[in-house]
Amino acid sequence: MEKNDIQNTVKEIIRISGVNPKKCIKCGKCSGTCPAYDEMEYHPHQFVSMVDMGDIEPLLESPSIFKCLSCMACVDRCPRGVEPAKLIEAIRSVKQRMQGSNHMKPDDIPALLDEELPQQAIVSALRKYMK
Amino acid sequence: MKVSYFPGCTLKTKAKQLDDYARSCAEVLGIKMEEIPNWQCCGGVFNTSSDEIATKLSAVRALSYAEKQGQPLISVCSACHNVLKQTNHAMQTDAVFASRVNHYITQPGQAAAQAYMGNTQVYHYLELLRDIIGFDRIRDAVKKPLTGKKIGAYYGCLMLRPSSTMKMDDAENPRIMEDFIRAIGAEPVIYAMRNECCGGYVTMEDPALSQKKSTAILRNAEANGADFLITACPLCKYNLDKNGNIPVVYFTELLARALGIVEA
Ligand code: SF4
Ligand code: SF4
Repeated sequence: MEKNDIQNTVKEIIRISGVNPKKCIKCGKCSGTCPAYDEMEYHPHQFVSMVDMGDIEPLLESPSIFKCLSCMACVDRCPRGVEPAKLIEAIRSVKQRMQGSNHMKPDDIPALLDEELPQQAIVSALRKYMK
Repeated sequence: MKVSYFPGCTLKTKAKQLDDYARSCAEVLGIKMEEIPNWQCCGGVFNTSSDEIATKLSAVRALSYAEKQGQPLISVCSACHNVLKQTNHAMQTDAVFASRVNHYITQPGQAAAQAYMGNTQVYHYLELLRDIIGFDRIRDAVKKPLTGKKIGAYYGCLMLRPSSTMKMDDAENPRIMEDFIRAIGAEPVIYAMRNECCGGYVTMEDPALSQKKSTAILRNAEANGADFLITACPLCKYNLDKNGNIPVVYFTELLARALGIVEA
């Protein structure tokens, strides 16, 4: 990404998430409580500090954006009201709006189905993994 | 009393019991649940990005319909409730978002009459039981109390969080489901992981992650002596059923048993 593009994308991520990364005191509570911690390459507190540093390219390319369960534990438990999950969602939105960046395609779904899987899982996955 | 009802896609398919029992129990308790005509799927998840509009319109249409009926909007599925409540909150608190949404749902020149501004009261079915009917009245209506049953309430995340918006209960120490369990004559089992995530929709592409999360919850409930768990969420039920030995049942089914609507 061009430098200019990075700066504008950081602004966009901050605007659509409503998150102010400067409020973070780096206590790590969000990552400590995150149920997807082990599966993540970058953890919730790192999302916050990397956006603050403008270091967003690794985040946009990381599978970590698809590991967040949107359980909102980090949102509720952050002592500073930073709401890291909203930042992760914004980065995921920005990524998937790019051409050819859908993480899952409708054609992938039949192979993932089983008898009991509720419709809710399919619609949620499509919302999270596709634009 | 009449209320508007948003069933959602899963209650019409895999979780039909959740829908049937919710309606028949409400009827016995004096509430008529009127299904919103032509409701559209809520999408299962609320995208927290404030510039995401189109995926939230189905929720706004349901909210707006309920307002026109002068009725509160009820849902039973935790995910539907989460999407409806978060969308309603965004309509109340984010004027730019509300304005953009209203451009989609109003005809030119009709904005004043047709716009939706977040005025509908949104209740989860459990809140209907607690706040509109009252657990005392439920206790009085119980014909077959579930005496001696030790039941773990599984909240998961969607009903409680984000708590500043959901406002259902204390998100770290909730009691609405335990009070429900007491109202139907059983004994609640408190266990630490009752409000931790089951692994949710990630079960589609990373079942191992959901398995890890669900197994930990089930072990924790079992270790604390739960005979079975109750849930309001079809996806939680799926993840838990797949990964453990304790039965997981919809809370509405237990209510129906306690009220004598179905045999145990
Ligand atoms: S919302 Fe995502 S990042 Fe936050 S605690 Fe849950 S899984 Fe982790
Ligand atoms: S919990 Fe909040 S303040 Fe602490 S590291 Fe995470 S975002 Fe920063």
